[in-house]
Amino acid sequence: MASITQKEVEYVAQLARLDLTEAEKPMFADQLNHILSYVDQLQGVSTDGVPLTSSIAHEKPVLRQDSPHECLLVEKALANAPESHNGFFVVPNILEK
Amino acid sequence: MSLFKLTLKDLQTKFTAGEVSAVDIARSYLLRISQVEPKVKAYITLTPRDTLLQQAKAIDDGLKAWRKTQPLMAMPLGVKDNICTEGIRTTCGSRMLENFVPPYDASVVSGFRTHQPLILGKTNLDEFAMGSSTEHSVFGPSRNPWNQKYIPGGSSGGSAAAVAADECVAALGSDTGGSIRQPAACCGVVGLKPTYGRVSRYGLIAFASSLDQIGPITKTVTDAAILLNAIAGFDPMDSTSASRDVPDFTKAVKKKDVKKLNIGVPREYFSDGLDPEVSEKVQDAIQVLEELGGTIREVTLPSTERAIATYYLIATAEASSNLARYDGVKFGFRAKESRNLAEMYRSTRSQGFGPEVKRRIMLGTYALSAGYYEAYYGKAQAVRTLIQREFDAVFEEVDLLVSPVMPTPAFQLGERLDDPLQMYLSDIYTIPASLSGLPAISVPCGLSKMGLPIGLQLMGRPFEEAIVLRAAYAYEQATNWRMKRPVIRA
Repeated sequence: MASITQKEVEYVAQLARLDLTEAEKPMFADQLNHILSYVDQLQGVSTDGVPLTSSIAHEKPVLRQDSPHECLLVEKALANAPESHNGFFVVPNILEK
Repeated sequence: MSLFKLTLKDLQTKFTAGEVSAVDIARSYLLRISQVEPKVKAYITLTPRDTLLQQAKAIDDGLKAWRKTQPLMAMPLGVKDNICTEGIRTTCGSRMLENFVPPYDASVVSGFRTHQPLILGKTNLDEFAMGSSTEHSVFGPSRNPWNQKYIPGGSSGGSAAAVAADECVAALGSDTGGSIRQPAACCGVVGLKPTYGRVSRYGLIAFASSLDQIGPITKTVTDAAILLNAIAGFDPMDSTSASRDVPDFTKAVKKKDVKKLNIGVPREYFSDGLDPEVSEKVQDAIQVLEELGGTIREVTLPSTERAIATYYLIATAEASSNLARYDGVKFGFRAKESRNLAEMYRSTRSQGFGPEVKRRIMLGTYALSAGYYEAYYGKAQAVRTLIQREFDAVFEEVDLLVSPVMPTPAFQLGERLDDPLQMYLSDIYTIPASLSGLPAISVPCGLSKMGLPIGLQLMGRPFEEAIVLRAAYAYEQATNWRMKRPVIRA
């Protein structure tokens, strides 16, 4: 398996909405390569026709009744908001002027 | 004898009988915490003294007319700081949630609040439960009560240290790849990861949803059974919680033998890399189980060596998705002075997450990204199936598996911080049961020459916590390890 380049690290960071400092880029590239070369051992395992396990739940997931019930009050839901106004969450400009 | 030295069972007995009051208990623990917490640093947030004493007094007042108690009433508990507590800040050991005060209780907490316990505080953890040492907590590491130069394990290191240092009678932890069992082993206490689905995850701040599970960390196996009774059961708020009957787990801790139990010793758990001292103590423990009537046989789980690679792809993939919610909009940290929304997301996440969390988010994002999804995440999911099938096959022949909890005793603070992979490798014996959702317990089985605790792991079939507890109890009662307590010098 190809190793991860610093450019790919920057791309992955962008996908994950992370800004990396100049010092972090080579550090993460290094560490991720180290980890990836370890996990590459899985490529040698034969898994043809083996079903994928995405959940380990031993029983079928049970959905609760879709019935009206009390939910969080607006004040409570907003109590942890970094910024709010008139019952809404406030965010910076979405489009630059 | 000081109250803080008692087990949950003994404290419960004294309180139920009216020999001690809730205020007596609160005072005893407040004193103990004031003495040892500066050395151990088990807690991120402590319940203020006055609040705690008021709660205790309210419990005592409520019992004046008619002394009808609940199992956890007035019991002083620690709660890992990734489990939501209404009105008490829940930080996950992260700058991201440093000031987050949950508007609701996790189901485990609302469940036992009806018992009126005394919640002493929120215990330290690696940031978002990602780590094996608590060194990744933004609040600094907790210390091993047996030797403060050593890690208490992680990620539930604060809970394990608090129990070992008598700073609470029992605590809740969470286990994704070993985060209950490994710190319990490091600190010489009991840690039980229940079957996936046995305990509701609602209100447990998600790390890897197909692996996370809440469980007890206690001084004895009996105490683990008592606490599990209080938190187990179906919860409509968690679609993966199992809708099946919950037995009274305290009934499992009566027999002091393991007669008629077939106990498997997986060969792969005793291979290279296992510290000779740990190996010796675990072998001694296996002999004790045999003397107690168990039938011991060697078994093989060949995919064990694939477990770490499998886990670190699946857990990080799930984490990268779960942690996408931390964007600075609705709760948690927000970076200041961003010009637009996209920049605010990036700055918030870059400043709010620590290096280990970033590393795992990036690994998970990479494993899920176009071109790599099938080779990494898909492959790991298939190998997970193989690991599970091997357990299924082995559990046709045996009732329990016995192994070490970690390859070495606790390591020194700082020793593995610069080498993330080395840190991951210490999870080799706990990860397989996590990937398969099996119940597994860590119970003390000796001390190293350095005087650090060593843990024995017992793993069982899904939903057979009772068998795991029974064997752990029989072993515990046949040995004296539970009597050994760390001495913390002021």
